[in-house]
Amino acid sequence: MIRVVLPTPLRTLARIDGEVTVEPAGPPTLAALIDALEAAYPALAGTLRDPTTRRRRPLLRFFACGEDLSHAPLEMPLPAAVADGREPLLVVGAIAGG
Amino acid sequence: MSGIRLLVGTRKGAFILSSDGSRRKWEVSGPHFGGWEIYHLKGSPADPNRIYVSQTSSWFGQTIQRSDDGGKTWNAVGNQFAYAGETGTPIGTHQWYDGTSRPWEFKRVWHLEPSLDDPDTVWAGVEDAALFRSTDGGRSWHELPGLRGHGTGPAWQPGAGGLCLHTILLDPGNPQRLYTAISAAGAFRSDDAGESWKPINRGLHSQYIPDPNAEVGHCVHRIAMHRDRPQTLYMQKHWDVLRSDDAGDSWREVSGNLPSDFGFVVDVHAHEPETIYVVPIKSDSEHYPPDGKLRVYRSRQGGNEWEALTDGLPQQDCYVNVLRDAMTVDSFDPCGIYFGTTGGQVYASADAGDSWTAIVRDLPAVLSVEVQTLP
Repeated sequence: MIRVVLPTPLRTLARIDGEVTVEPAGPPTLAALIDALEAAYPALAGTLRDPTTRRRRPLLRFFACGEDLSHAPLEMPLPAAVADGREPLLVVGAIAGG
Repeated sequence: MSGIRLLVGTRKGAFILSSDGSRRKWEVSGPHFGGWEIYHLKGSPADPNRIYVSQTSSWFGQTIQRSDDGGKTWNAVGNQFAYAGETGTPIGTHQWYDGTSRPWEFKRVWHLEPSLDDPDTVWAGVEDAALFRSTDGGRSWHELPGLRGHGTGPAWQPGAGGLCLHTILLDPGNPQRLYTAISAAGAFRSDDAGESWKPINRGLHSQYIPDPNAEVGHCVHRIAMHRDRPQTLYMQKHWDVLRSDDAGDSWREVSGNLPSDFGFVVDVHAHEPETIYVVPIKSDSEHYPPDGKLRVYRSRQGGNEWEALTDGLPQQDCYVNVLRDAMTVDSFDPCGIYFGTTGGQVYASADAGDSWTAIVRDLPAVLSVEVQTLP
C-alpha cells in the first residue's frame, strides 16, 4: 500500500480525513498512483494531472524521502520507501497567493 | 411562489441566500467549497433542486459540482472538457494578446446554463472560448464545435479576463435558437440547437480594434433577453449599451444619457420587456463607478433615457465593480433585482430598483449572482 498526503483542499473535495492509502495496479509509478487515487476517489479526477494533456498541474509538486519528484517522468518507478509504505508521497500545493 | 434562493459565486466559495416571498429577511448558507473560485452556479428551471456549480482553482483545475436537493448536499460530476477532435492536441488556434496564434487550451468554466425543460441537460461556456453540453446531468461533456469552427475562430483574441464564453441565452420560444457571447470576439447565434453558428455583430462599433466595424473582435460583456420578446436583445459591450430587435442581425446604441457607457451587467425586468438595468462603470482601466457613487440605471423605454437608482446604495467613496454575471432578476411582482460587487456586497431591491438594501456586506469578491423563485 502506498501512503499519500494530499493538500487540504483536495482532502475536503474528496471527503478524506488525514493520510490515504492506495494500491496501484501494476508497477508503482506516479502515473499508476494517480490512476489508483482517481479510481478510489472520483472527485480527484483531473485535479493532480490535466485530464487532456496528462501532465502534472504546474502549481502542484510531488515530494518524497526528502526529494522533489515533480519533474521526474510520471512513468518512473517510485522510490522503494514509498512503494513499500515506509514513507508517504506528499502532494504539495505551491504557495502562490490569492 | 413561496420563496427565493440567491446563488452567489465568489472568489473563495459559494453562498446561498434564502428568503420568503417578502424578501425582507435572509438566511445565509456557506461558504460552500470554501477557498475555491466559484465562477458560476445556476439552478435548473425544470427542477429547482438541481443546481450546477463551476468550481475552479489555479492549483487543481476545474470541478463541476451538482446538487439534487437545493444545495444541501453536493457531488462532483464530470470535469473533462476536451475540445472536439482533440487527441492530445487541440484543433486549430486563436489569437493571443500579442497577435500570434495559440492552440486552444481549456482553462475553466465561466457559465453554466441549464436547459429550460430537462434537468439533465446543461450548457457550459468555457475559456478558451468554446461551448460544451452535457445531457447526463454533468457526468460527461461534449463540445459543439460549430461555434469555434464556423470560420472566424482563428481571429478571436482574449479580453483582459481571458478568451471566455460567458453568456449563453436559450430562446424560450424556439429550442433551436441560442445565443452566446465571447470576450473579445462578439455575439453569435445558432438556429439549429448549437450545431452551426454565425457572428451577429452588425452595428457594433469598437474603436480599440483595427476595423471598428469588424465582423468579430468586439468585447461583448453581457447580453440579456426577456422571455416574452426573444427577438429583442440588450447588450452591454466593453463600451456602449446596445439593443437589437431582430435577434441580433443588427444592433443600435442606446447608451443615451448614461454617465458612462462602460460596464459589465445588463438585465431585463421580469414583467416589462422594455425596462432594463445597467450599472455604469467609469472606464476599462478604472473598474469602479463614476464619482464614487454606486448607481443602477434603469430605462423604461428600452434604452436611451435612463434614470439613476440610488436609494440604499452608497453614494460616496464607493469603488467596487459589478462583474458580468453578477446581476439577476426574480419573477415576483413587483420584480426583484439583485447584484453582487467585488467588495463582497449583495444588494437586493424588492421594488424593481426603486430602493435597495444589502443582504450581505462582507463576502469575498462576488463573481456571479443567480436567482431561483421557488414554488
